[in-house]
Amino acid sequence: MTLFSRLLLVLLLGCAAIPTAGAADPPPAPAPLDQTPPASGDPAAVSVASAASAPVEPVSASGASPTPASVGTASAFVASAAPQAAALPAPPPDPSPFAAALPLLLDSKFPVKEQAVERLAASGDARVEGLFTALLAGELYQLKADGRLVIARGQEGDQAVREVLSDAPLSGIGTQELKKITLNNRMRGQLKTALARLDLSHADAGRRLAAVTSLMSDPGGANPDLLRARLTQEDAAEVRDALGLVLALLDLNSPDAQARLAALPRLRDALHPPVRTALTQLLERETDGQVKAAASRVLTHIEGRVHWYGQLETLFFGLSLGSVLVLAAIGLAITFGVMGVINMAHGELMMLGAYTTYVIQQLLPGHIGLSLFLAIPAAFVVAGLVGILIERGVIRFLYGRPLETLLATFGISLILQQLVRSIFSPLNRSVETPAWMSGSWQVNEVLSLTLNRLVIIGFCLLVFALLYLILNRTRLGLQVRAVSQNRAMARAMGVRSQWVDAMTFGLGSGIAGVAGVALSQLTNVGPNLGQSYIIDSFMVVVFGGVGNLWGTLVAGLGLGVANKLLEPWAGAVLAKILVLVFIILFIQKRPKGLFPQKGRAAT
Amino acid sequence: MILTRLLRDDRGGQILLGSLLILAVLAPVLNLALPPDHPLYLSTYTLTLLGKYLCYALLAVAVDLVWGYLGILSLGHGAFFALGGYAMGMYLMRQIGERGVYGNPELPDFMVFLNWPELPWYWWGFDQFGFALLMVVLVPGLLAFVFGWFAFRSRVTGVYLSIITQALTYALMLAFFRNEMGFGGNNGLTDFKDLLGFDLQADGTRVALFLASALALALGYLACRALVLSKLGRVAMAIRDAEERTRFTGYRVDRVMLWIFTFSAVLAGIAGALYVPQVGIINPGEFSPLFSIEIVIWVAVGGRATLYGAVAGALLVNYAKTWFTGALPEVWLYALGALFVLVTLFLPQGIAGLGRGLGSWGGRWRRGEARP
Amino acid sequence: MKLLDQTRQLLRRDQVFEFLKPEINPDLDVSHRTLLYMEGVSVSFDGFKAINDLNLYIDAGELRCIIGPNGAGKTTLMDIITGRTRPDTGSVWFGQVINLLKLSEPEIANAGIGRKFQKPTVFENHSVFDNLELAMAADKRVWPTLLARLTAEQADHIDQVLETVGLLEQRQRPARVLSHGQKQWLEIGMLLVQRPRLLLVDEPVTGMTHQEMDRTAELLTSLAGEHTVVVVEHDMEFVRSIARKVTVLHQGSVLAEGGMDAVQANPRVIEVYLGEAGSC
Repeated sequence: MTLFSRLLLVLLLGCAAIPTAGAADPPPAPAPLDQTPPASGDPAAVSVASAASAPVEPVSASGASPTPASVGTASAFVASAAPQAAALPAPPPDPSPFAAALPLLLDSKFPVKEQAVERLAASGDARVEGLFTALLAGELYQLKADGRLVIARGQEGDQAVREVLSDAPLSGIGTQELKKITLNNRMRGQLKTALARLDLSHADAGRRLAAVTSLMSDPGGANPDLLRARLTQEDAAEVRDALGLVLALLDLNSPDAQARLAALPRLRDALHPPVRTALTQLLERETDGQVKAAASRVLTHIEGRVHWYGQLETLFFGLSLGSVLVLAAIGLAITFGVMGVINMAHGELMMLGAYTTYVIQQLLPGHIGLSLFLAIPAAFVVAGLVGILIERGVIRFLYGRPLETLLATFGISLILQQLVRSIFSPLNRSVETPAWMSGSWQVNEVLSLTLNRLVIIGFCLLVFALLYLILNRTRLGLQVRAVSQNRAMARAMGVRSQWVDAMTFGLGSGIAGVAGVALSQLTNVGPNLGQSYIIDSFMVVVFGGVGNLWGTLVAGLGLGVANKLLEPWAGAVLAKILVLVFIILFIQKRPKGLFPQKGRAAT
Repeated sequence: MILTRLLRDDRGGQILLGSLLILAVLAPVLNLALPPDHPLYLSTYTLTLLGKYLCYALLAVAVDLVWGYLGILSLGHGAFFALGGYAMGMYLMRQIGERGVYGNPELPDFMVFLNWPELPWYWWGFDQFGFALLMVVLVPGLLAFVFGWFAFRSRVTGVYLSIITQALTYALMLAFFRNEMGFGGNNGLTDFKDLLGFDLQADGTRVALFLASALALALGYLACRALVLSKLGRVAMAIRDAEERTRFTGYRVDRVMLWIFTFSAVLAGIAGALYVPQVGIINPGEFSPLFSIEIVIWVAVGGRATLYGAVAGALLVNYAKTWFTGALPEVWLYALGALFVLVTLFLPQGIAGLGRGLGSWGGRWRRGEARP
Repeated sequence: MKLLDQTRQLLRRDQVFEFLKPEINPDLDVSHRTLLYMEGVSVSFDGFKAINDLNLYIDAGELRCIIGPNGAGKTTLMDIITGRTRPDTGSVWFGQVINLLKLSEPEIANAGIGRKFQKPTVFENHSVFDNLELAMAADKRVWPTLLARLTAEQADHIDQVLETVGLLEQRQRPARVLSHGQKQWLEIGMLLVQRPRLLLVDEPVTGMTHQEMDRTAELLTSLAGEHTVVVVEHDMEFVRSIARKVTVLHQGSVLAEGGMDAVQANPRVIEVYLGEAGSC
């Protein structure tokens, strides 16, 4: 996901708290916390308003309520509806303000319903959240028979219906017996704000934080006193910071220039997009020069930091692309760099690794994470074996003829591609990503790093380190290096060079398979998977200097970052072309790559 | 005469030019003079297919010149072929004029579709056939010259050169896929109407294009043959066999490589230019690395460093491709892949080598020299 | 700093501007009798000093043998003269006016320095005659080469050289079928048709029979005088048979120089080289 779309998402989520005003509706009046509702021309609404303004009014005393009968029936029905309670004496009618306000929702007039929402929100009842959520989702219904409110979820014929007041499940109720409670846009806004406000005092700190954050984009509707009260009770540092920001944002709207000025420094470290919006708006309307200058300073500071984080994100994307390149190229660095063998089928070995992941996932459908872990050794073995087969069957007859090796392995790559098409169909297969790898790590408001890419960067470094150790610390590595430097001498020293060739090629191919596992977590798995990486991987190896693992690492990461740095102003394809052209020119300037081997051995 | 000198020791070349001559006489007659229901009638489709093969054969000769005689395995010759093709395609595009879907006399359809206000500068002049022909030669030649100038001067050879030629054609493919480049993007250039005023769908035009391809192949073959027989050609082979020695003998190896590579690219461009009007489309697919490497396998099948072998290989492999993709499409890639492997392993000299081997064996046998 | 130096160089009034000097002077100036000057030459590979502050002067018409143990820098020395390796420091002049460090390998070859490689390299797929024709002194630029036609005079010259190196019978055979010794001879022949002023011959007698060796010795000594010949060789017997002046290389610099007997008597030489070789 691009930075832009991510920002867009944050904005959208932020906006969700704003009542969405339909074209036909009046401009949304932010739902007040404890403000008297706007007087409308409807006398009924006024009377409801006055009735509702009396806070905790017992149901029995609610003579002023316009629909006492319906309340009565509703409560009476609670008793008879609960089957297990039927034998007991009828429980007293629910006396809570929640139950009192509920019937107002049945009214056909929207102002009355708004009043009901208002009163329900003020009731502080635990059932309010479920009710509002259902109402927003269009899942709140009225039983045609008796007017009871129920929440119905699920498909037609398989509906789970629960009573609102008692939270008891009801069965055997058909769709035709239900009547939906309708909403208008204004009510939707009201409900969202109310829900957000409910979350402000939610037990879960995450919910509180989300609620406060959503308030940022519309601080005007919040009650500063209430927020300050929350601030004193709040113990989570993050939520406190966010609350402070909302209060500062509220101060920005203050008529007092000093208050506005004082609020500005508190916003200095806020990266939240609404803060930037608020500051920009402030700059447009501000008349006080001092405030204006301060606001502009703060805005510049914030934007500087946002830009910096943007660069950091580009770097991250570059590194993640680079680590994919390194993974793809590092096996090649062994076969090409150490053995001097051009393996054009390297990409297809990666493809085999990716398909191995797919197959294992199909075999273990319920265990995505486990199958991924199993896939790493499996892909290594599968690709490694195929690699050894290629080496024994074809390449060993072509040592010392690199151009012929190139052609033969290209032929093998065609065969492998077609094989996969025949077995798995030419269509792309998608490999699932385990839960711990999906999602992202939100560093702050403007920087979030996707977990799968983070894991792949780490995985790449791990594979690199392992390979480095194998080549530099094991007997096989010693023999590989010996054979690569002087085959005849190594044989004279008793190294079984044929065996070493096969093992080296198997190692390089196995690494390609492991790279395929990583790739399967990033893209779809298809027969052309390998083809798209082969030229890039060759470029990385050649750019880094043949036979140099460190060179491959630096070149891969460097090219990845360069690609991503170029992308914003050149576009993805052009960036890729530019990088290719750069490498073509670079190789001509320094044919031996970034880190060439020197001396007579090199010629 | 020059011709006899060039073909004196070239049995394959004699056969090739002879059969080209026969084909050039016979094919038009069979196509134009016979009624369609006659058993010997050559359909225009087949004729065009043959013409296409001849273009491929010229391309193969160009690749063989650099690979077989100079030792440069170019995996990017498809790029020069495609550039020549695009130059011709641009001319054909401009010839459409008002007959396009949008009826714009100046702009090709895809530009109208993309809301381009005017013709970009690099399309200027392509309404002139002469200019287009010049570009067919110049654009691939210039690209090869610039590329080769950098590459050969810094002594990028062998596998490295192969890989960067592949990167070159890959980069060009990506570039030509972009709509912003102004070459029709993904779809390329197509819907051609006529060439020099002749309807491209007419049998007569098709025959003329076929004859032009045959002529180009014959001339290209003779030119390469002359080059190979010249002292420069022998220097080229010396470079292929012992580059360092050639350098210490006093030849500017990079210059020799540069000129022959450029010449080969020009030949490839001409092949592309003849290919496009017969096939009726040019798109970025021709830049794909797969196509370029396929050309190499035509040469390998036919026999490296025998020019007639390259022609034979191109005809054979392409005929096989046509047959397979028609009859057993899934098998084609297996067959092609196997061809790569088997030819490099068991037939390093290609069919020509096989023929030569059999020929010399047969000769010895006839002379009674064959020993048990 | 570099710029400053360049400016200073440009402002010097006692010499012609660097860029005005002709790159190759066709009239090789050996007025001081010395054909090749190497002064203060050093080159190192990855910290290993292959040539270390080497000074070497070769007179025109001389036959010089260069000996030294493995790794003494003999082949690197030839690489430097022929332009294959660029030294880190020092200067290499061919005659008085040709700065070899500024020329590429073909330019050096065309200036009159021919080289025979340690491992005989000939054009395997060409005929023996073609090998010589390609090597022959001529305008070796691309276009003249394309249009070149062999004149009767040139063909005679080639045949003459073929006779000198004893390959006249093999004239039309491909070079790859020659024996190892014949390839060595062919390579020497290729040097001869190049008409070089200076011949660098790297191990000419490996793989030769005693008879062939004698003929080679004869040939090389006969070449000296008209040409200048530098021979690098391991075979002490062969060196003794041709040598007038011997240079001993050790660890990249000149250890001793002089007549064969004087060198062999040199205690340092005995210590580092002859001592090791024992029988010599």
